[in-house]
Amino acid sequence: MPLAVDWAGVAQQIVAGLSSGGTYATLAVALVLIYRATGVINFAQGELAMFSTFVAWTLTQHGLSYWSAFAVTVAASFAGGIALERAVIRPVEGRPVLTIAIVTIGLFFVANGAAFWIWSPEVKSMPNAFSTRPIRVAGVAFSISDLGIIGVSLLAVLLLWLFFRFTKVGLAMRAAALNPESSRLTGIRVTWTIALGWGLAAALGAVAGLMAAPPLGSFDQNFMQPILLYAFAGAVLGGIDSALGAVIGSLALGVFLNLIGTYVSWIGTDLRQAAALAVILVVLLVKPTGLLGSGAVRRV
Amino acid sequence: MPLLELRGVAARYGPLQALHGIDLSVGEGEIVAVLGANGAGKTTTLRAISATVRTSGDIVFAGERLPRHPEAVARAGIAHVPEGRGTFAQLSVEENLRLGAHVRRDRAGVKADRDRVLRRFPILAERRRQAAGTLSGGEQQQLALARALMQRPRLLLLDEPSLGLAPLVVAGFYDVVSELNEREGLSVLVVEQNARLALASSSRAYVLEVGRVAVDGPSSALQRDESVRRSYLGY
Repeated sequence: MPLAVDWAGVAQQIVAGLSSGGTYATLAVALVLIYRATGVINFAQGELAMFSTFVAWTLTQHGLSYWSAFAVTVAASFAGGIALERAVIRPVEGRPVLTIAIVTIGLFFVANGAAFWIWSPEVKSMPNAFSTRPIRVAGVAFSISDLGIIGVSLLAVLLLWLFFRFTKVGLAMRAAALNPESSRLTGIRVTWTIALGWGLAAALGAVAGLMAAPPLGSFDQNFMQPILLYAFAGAVLGGIDSALGAVIGSLALGVFLNLIGTYVSWIGTDLRQAAALAVILVVLLVKPTGLLGSGAVRRV
Repeated sequence: MPLLELRGVAARYGPLQALHGIDLSVGEGEIVAVLGANGAGKTTTLRAISATVRTSGDIVFAGERLPRHPEAVARAGIAHVPEGRGTFAQLSVEENLRLGAHVRRDRAGVKADRDRVLRRFPILAERRRQAAGTLSGGEQQQLALARALMQRPRLLLLDEPSLGLAPLVVAGFYDVVSELNEREGLSVLVVEQNARLALASSSRAYVLEVGRVAVDGPSSALQRDESVRRSYLGY
């Protein structure tokens, strides 16, 4: 045990943890969005994000810059999410939660299989979103990429919050999630608010995938699976029906996993997923509503 | 031509037939009451109009067949305050009012109506930022009515507004409804268990019995008819 703590190193690891946590948070908010609108965890959320990332990769192969590909992909994912909801979720709308959950599991395999079919199984690499140079703050070198990812993730979540808080459509979506029957009586087209929720979730997922891919160096069609697990753990930790909780839970989880991965030698990188599962288990046993969840029983 | 007309409307919940072909109408600027015992089909009548239950038969509103989706019924100009008031407990009073105006596009009109509604119900103005679920029963009923008014409906459907409220609060509520009817010509179809109250505040009434119209006529006549009162209204 070293006696002197390397505070600069700890600060770097915390920022790196917040950066991973930001990616988890973006995907976790997508999970919360769909959970609140339909009462299910969308198990395919990570694979849809992977699919979006591969679309962006293809665009960069055709000469688009990272950020142009980012903009096109996020917009296309929004439209794709709406189309997907219309095509596969709408037919089972109002069915038991288990039915809808099984449809999303099916979607997981379809998205994964389709991505292997369209793009060959060899690994890809994505251009960097941010400069790879470090930036020195108070004598400590931080990665610009980490700071950029934190910024983009928080911005995405903030924009979504503003949308829900201040726009008419956002308010209608919240009302429809809380009380679909009353919402219909006020003239809200509830099935469209659900489709819109899927569109927004898919767009958020695309942001998560596009933030996660470049730092990996190389990635394949399975790269979002651990991130979905972390996002789920973050959402459960924060309270599965609270977007703010999901952000806080995911950031905390990112920092926690990064610190124990760095400083607890036997965990390293191999047991990070096991640690995330342990977090899910502990939260569900000790405080099932998470940090900020309402704990309200949902009518299903 | 009446504003709303139901001809031979039947409705069922699965195998359970709740309405067996009823005829009912509401004239422009009229307050009409629907009375009857529990399970007579009063709530189902309103749900049939709002298309939250499957129906057969004709429902005509302002000269056109009423569409069979609740969202479309709201857009056609019918506001429905359901049993349990249908307010959004987790959302603020202000947000509930904004939701009431969801179908409207005239921003200036919505703003003017919001100010008007808040002047009419000062307690709602005071509690604007509070979650609707924290209001008292009477205040929630005011909010439900205010939210319906934000829709600027041609016809208001009220489902048992007196339920669970103190007599004085109920009287105040009906005063507001009568005033809206007289001053602004709002047409109202109200379902009530409290027959005495409903007959006193309506111009015509229908008495339902197991999904059929048993008696109908001017409220004053029903009030005076002892046999009707005794056999159907229980007072």
